[in-house]
Formats: sequence, structure tokens, C-alpha cells
Amino acid sequence: MTLLSTRGLSKQYAGLRAVHDVDFSLEKGEIRALIGPNGAGKSTFVGMLCGRIPASEGQVVFDGSDITPLAAHQRISLGMAYTFQITSVFARLSTRENVALAARRLSDSTPRHVRERVYKALEQVDLQDRAETLAGDLSYGHQRLLEIAMGLAQSPRLFILDEPTQGLAENEIESFKQLVKTLAVDATVLLIEHNMDVVMQTAQRITVLDFGEILAEGTPAEIRASDAVQAAYLGTG
Amino acid sequence: MTAKNPGILSHPVTRSALLHSGVIVLLAWLFQVLPEYHSGNLARIMVLAVYAMGYNVLFGYTGLLSLGHALFFAAGMYGLGLSMYWLDASPAPSMLAGLISALVVSGVVGALALRTTGVAFMIVTLMFAQAGFLTILLFGEYTRGDEGFVLPQADRVLFGLDLTQPANRYGGALILFTICLGLVAWLVQSRFGKTLIAIRENEERARMLGYDVQRHKWLAVVVSGTLSGASGAAYALLFGYAGATFATVQYSIFPLLWVLLGGAGTTLGPLIGTLFMFYLIDISSQFTSAYLLIASVILILLTLFAPHGLAGVVRKRLIPWLP
Repeated sequence: MTLLSTRGLSKQYAGLRAVHDVDFSLEKGEIRALIGPNGAGKSTFVGMLCGRIPASEGQVVFDGSDITPLAAHQRISLGMAYTFQITSVFARLSTRENVALAARRLSDSTPRHVRERVYKALEQVDLQDRAETLAGDLSYGHQRLLEIAMGLAQSPRLFILDEPTQGLAENEIESFKQLVKTLAVDATVLLIEHNMDVVMQTAQRITVLDFGEILAEGTPAEIRASDAVQAAYLGTG
Repeated sequence: MTAKNPGILSHPVTRSALLHSGVIVLLAWLFQVLPEYHSGNLARIMVLAVYAMGYNVLFGYTGLLSLGHALFFAAGMYGLGLSMYWLDASPAPSMLAGLISALVVSGVVGALALRTTGVAFMIVTLMFAQAGFLTILLFGEYTRGDEGFVLPQADRVLFGLDLTQPANRYGGALILFTICLGLVAWLVQSRFGKTLIAIRENEERARMLGYDVQRHKWLAVVVSGTLSGASGAAYALLFGYAGATFATVQYSIFPLLWVLLGGAGTTLGPLIGTLFMFYLIDISSQFTSAYLLIASVILILLTLFAPHGLAGVVRKRLIPWLP
């Protein structure tokens, strides 16, 4: 079953075609990676999915309903979670309060439920010992994990991770790969990622964007074997 | 008992309730011991502190800097004043008229001004307040413009209590202050208040957690404006005068200064700031006619060395849990 799809999604910035006529579809429960060279339009595309960036043309359909006219906060309320490419936490609030703000949005958010959800999310990313630390005082790697905990606390149906391993150390990336696999138990994951190692090991399918258009789509093995992708992207790296 | 049960005392809601009740008791006790001149001042300070608390909801907790709050203060003041003066309404319904008038004005101004952000928001609120001030002058026939009008002593009787008597006036100011402080203290611990803080800290992140940022900001303007209006209405009722001076730019700047000095984003900062500034001017004007010079030097020093205000210093150095 399709969870999210787009039809003819496009974005122009004053004549610059950032994303052009993208038909994309994401199945429930899969881990999909979105890759492409710098400037391929990945972040713009994802921004249009979650409503941060208004689309110039086209349609976004989430769980059977057209969400194109909805504002970002309304789309999030439907069950999307978005983690920022550049870490964006509430720096002067505690780690616990950061996650609680995410958990309180849910409909069954009694204080007890919120507490339980916060505890569970912090435990999943192994930050429970730092619950009272100000988010701004956490190390960079921990702030990235906090971002993910905030997403977890929302119990999303679709988890959009925008370059989550950027700036992480090798050992942190290892545990992140495990984390992504556990996320996919309950949610569909859309992963924008530069690290090919992470992409090849976690994603079930890969979509390659180039010059704002879909260049290729397939399993990791197919993408690795594709000449077009080699030429556009992997070969240059 | 406290030693046996540290868990309850460390709960933020309990701590906050104890601290704020303590302040109320202290204020009630001060009336007994202070000479009449100072208790009269304190009544005025408590009413103005409510104005500052209202301002703080928007500035300190939501992170929106308005330069037009005098409009909301004046909306409350004239809502009550005009009802009493022209319609011979009694104080209780007039107070309600003041609150409703501030609620409506802040609702409309909020909806329009929040279409802008940052500096534009400051300018738009400032312009609305100027338009409000000019409207008061335009309808000078009813408002008596700059000159203003006095509410007669005989009319200022609320539930059988003559509010021109110092004790009743102080009591009235204290009750208003208590209600508003209780409301704000509850608000900032509530889910709504925590969302406002999240918006102040990182608006984009709050939006991407699914919060309707625009609606929360509008509600913050309405709460802030209505509290300011409550202060304006009470000021007219307790001190018997309404005039266009209260709608000038100066009265939009005052609450900003009080909140900055006392500590933005703290529940008690507005009271501390109002008290401090009131006596700063009161005392320095006893020594010199250039009292504003002394006041401004001290204000500059405080801004330099205590950028988070007096309550901010206390929070940083002594009581980290200060609400």
C-alpha cells in the first residue's frame, strides 16, 4: 500500500528549476533512501512533502488524501515527523522538555502518557541519562540523536530524516544504522543521505535525484549497477 | 515535615505555588507596616505590574516585541471609564466592559499585526497604538482628549467598598494582582505556556513538531492585551482618572522597560521591574531635577551587567528553578 505519493511535483525559484515534474511513491513500512549530488533538489523535494516549502506545481498525496493545500503543522499532525538537516533543537530547554514538546502534540497526551513516551524515546536513543541537560549543552552527536528522539516521541507514520548522519563520528554512524532499522518497525522511513555506506546498508529501495528529476529508482544492487547513476553520482565520488 | 517529604517540595508546580503565595502574603503584610505614602505607591505599582505581566506574556514568553501595548492598556481604561462616565454604569459591569474592549482590540490588532514578523511587527503595533491615541483625541467630545476626565468618588464603590479609601484601594489592587499573577503562573506551567516558550526558542522547530504557531501567537497577543486592559481598567477605577496620556508611546515603552529590568520570561520579573523603576524615579527626583539622567544611567548599567534583568540574575545565581 502506498503511504505517500507525488504527481508532477515541481518547484521553481525565479527561473531556476530546483525540482521538476517528480512522480514519486513510497510504500508503507519501507525504508527509502533519497540520494543525489549536491544541488539535485533533495531538500527542496522533501521540503515540499512536509510543507516547509510551497510547491509551484503538482500534488502530494498522503495516506489517500491530497495534502497539497495543507500547512506544515497540519501535515505533521497527520503523522509525519521531520528531523532537520542542520540540527534544530530548543537549545535553552532541557533534553526532556524538547522531547516532551514533541510528545504533547499527540491526541492522547495526558501528562502520564507524555512522561512515558518521553522516557521511551530517550531510552531508544540512549539519552535517558541526559534528560535534565540543556539541549544546547549536548554534544553535536547527541543533539542529532535528540532530533531523532523528538521524532520517535511523535509516533509518526512517516519519518523524514534529512541527512541525519552529517557530522557524526564513525561509531555513532554504526549505532545510527541500527536505530533506523528499529524505526522502520512502526514507521515508513524516508532517508536523505550522503553517506553511501549508510544508504546501501539500511535502505530497501533507493531513489536518485539529479537536476531536480528522478534519474533512477531501485534496490541498492540495481542502483549500484546502474550506469546512469554511476555517471551522474557514484563515479564522481 | 519538609525534611520528610522533599519530593513534593521539589515539584515545579508546588514550588511555584509556594513562591507566589509567599509574595502575595508579603504584599498584604507590607500594607500593615508601610507608611501611607508608600502603601499608596505600592497599590499603584501592583496595578502597573499587572500591565507588565501582560506585556511579559507576549515579550518574555512568546518572544514577540510589541511597541503598541498602550493601546490595550487604554482600551481597558476607556472601556471602564467611558461606561462609568457616560452610561453611569456601576464598577463591576464597567470593569467587564474594559476587559471586553481590550479583548476585542487585541484580537483585531493581533490578527492584523501578526501578518508581519520582527521589526515590521514592532512598527505595525506602534502604528496601531498611535492610531488609537489619535482616535481618543478625535473623539475629544467624549474622551476629553489630553485633559481626560475624573471618575467621581461617589461612583467608585465596588460591592459596597469605597475604593477611594486607602485600605480598600490597596486591597483592590492586591486582589487584581493576585488573580493575574495566579493566572500567569498557571499559564506558563501549562501546555499552552510551554508551547509559547517553544515558539520563542525556535519557531520553525515548533511548527515542524505540528504546532499551529500562528494561532498560538494570536492567543498570546489576546491574553497579553487583555491583561494589559485589566490593568488599565483597574488603574482608572482605583485612581479615578482616564486620559489620553496613557495611550501615548511612552506608555508602550514603560512595560518593555519594566519587564527588561525585572527579568523577561519570569513570573515575578514584571513586579520587580515596576517596583524598581518606580522608586528609582521617585528617589532620584528628590535629589535633583535631572532625575531622568540618573535613572537612565542606572538603566544602562543594569542592561550592561544584568541583561536578563534582576529576576534573571536571581535565577542564574541563586534559584535556578525560578518560574
